[in-house]
Amino acid sequence: MNVTSTEAQGPTDVLPMREPGIGGGLFDVARWRFLLMLLVRKELRVRYRGSVLGIMWSYVKPLVQFLVFYVALGVFLQLNKGTPAYAVYLFSGIVGINFFNEIFGNATRSIVLNADFVKKIYLPRELFPVSMIWVALVHLVPQIIILMGGALLYGWRPGPLNLLAGLVALIIVAVLALGLGLLFSAVNVLFRDAENIVDLFLMVGTWASPVLYTWTMVYKAFPRWLWLLYQCNPLTPAVELMHYCFWYPATDQSSVALAKAIPPHLPWWALLSVFTSVVALGVGQFVFARLQGRFAQEL
Amino acid sequence: MAVNSVEVRHVTKRFTLRHTRSLKEMAVWKSRGRDTTNIFLALDDVALNIKQGEAVGLLGWNGSGKSTLLKLISGVMRPDKGSIGVRGRVAGLIEVGAGFHPDLTGRENVYLNGATLGMSRQQIDRLFDDIVDFSGVSRFLDTEVKFYSSGMFFRLAFAVAVHTEPDVFLVDEILAVGDEPFQRIAVARIQELCKEGRTLIMVSHDLPMVENICRRGIVLREGHLSQDTDITSAIRLLRETDRA
Repeated sequence: MNVTSTEAQGPTDVLPMREPGIGGGLFDVARWRFLLMLLVRKELRVRYRGSVLGIMWSYVKPLVQFLVFYVALGVFLQLNKGTPAYAVYLFSGIVGINFFNEIFGNATRSIVLNADFVKKIYLPRELFPVSMIWVALVHLVPQIIILMGGALLYGWRPGPLNLLAGLVALIIVAVLALGLGLLFSAVNVLFRDAENIVDLFLMVGTWASPVLYTWTMVYKAFPRWLWLLYQCNPLTPAVELMHYCFWYPATDQSSVALAKAIPPHLPWWALLSVFTSVVALGVGQFVFARLQGRFAQEL
Repeated sequence: MAVNSVEVRHVTKRFTLRHTRSLKEMAVWKSRGRDTTNIFLALDDVALNIKQGEAVGLLGWNGSGKSTLLKLISGVMRPDKGSIGVRGRVAGLIEVGAGFHPDLTGRENVYLNGATLGMSRQQIDRLFDDIVDFSGVSRFLDTEVKFYSSGMFFRLAFAVAVHTEPDVFLVDEILAVGDEPFQRIAVARIQELCKEGRTLIMVSHDLPMVENICRRGIVLREGHLSQDTDITSAIRLLRETDRA
């Protein structure tokens, strides 16, 4: 459906014949951005309906999460001592992983939760998973602001390369989460097991990337092949890029050698991670497109 | 003569009724040698063309495949065999208030629903007052839709749908909800849309109303196209096949 062209043409003009129910997938989303914006607004409105704190909850939750981890791991397990500015280290990873979890988790449920739309009107269904990126972005911004504030207290002085790394990290996370979200949201229509599998992934995800601990601990504990496998997890380089952006420039760089703070060949690992994420998006879109013809009758 | 607005080319639609979903149930069924699927043929090799500006009533008793055909034309479902062609933008009241969210206000829902039906922001801005006037719920525009009575809800949803300026307009069993005065307005509005040269495909069990609005009638029976003639004969033929 081309929104802009119908306005100019009356029903008396001869329009081309087309097949209903076939769309351009993610490419259609750009044309439907007005609806995308309304869906994002709806999602935020619905999520915070009848809530006094409203959007403030997006500050409270990560803050509590941070405090729990900081006390348990930083203080009790004394990770505080080995890692300078551990609070910033921890929070920069948490922000990245939260962004991933929110997009992936919400996108997986988005088709089933929007069954009313999916069953009754034809739209590019990719809109629902994609809208979850924007919802997550709304929650990401306050977390980034708090993170920057915290980093500044430690004397954060980022260069352009650091900031670029942070941006790349968030793009990797968003692309990967959308790809997986498309895949699992489509499967979830047929088998509701998908959302439980995703919950498991999310639980493991926080621990399977260097959010709470440092890469050197993994390096020492694992045989080399296992460490390489660990680095192949696209979230690992993304988290390290977050560290490179927010944490490393906040440490006293004379006492922390870059070679020890950041795993070797990070740019290459990041490149691999970008590649993996784009592949995940391609696979997600492919499976989504194949299964979406069955959405209306299965929901 | 006008071009075809909708072409249904030998369309077949099957539904697989799965009786079971959990692994345990599946294992139990399989071990007893029972089939876990059941195929139901909702449409069987249906072919028809609808010309631009035609008003067509799809007739048939429950389960004849009328609503499935409308869903295929709207693109919500895809045919298993055959294909469908549509010229221009399709919009419809396949079910009232699809795309209405109870926690949003009437105003927000007009925008959300308009956008889901393919309208642009400018189009909705331009038609907003017309939509509200038509619906007659202007006093409650900033109230959440969950507090609306079903009649108010329907009127607003209908108002949005008839203002979407579609090329092909699908109506499924929806006019029964409004009260009589509103039904009169609604029918008048549908007739107006037809006069503007828009194509109308309508499903309703309210046969007098269908006869009043449509010129051509298509009778479906158990997924087959049984009759394709003028609306008065179609209704007579449908009544002759009364199952009761």
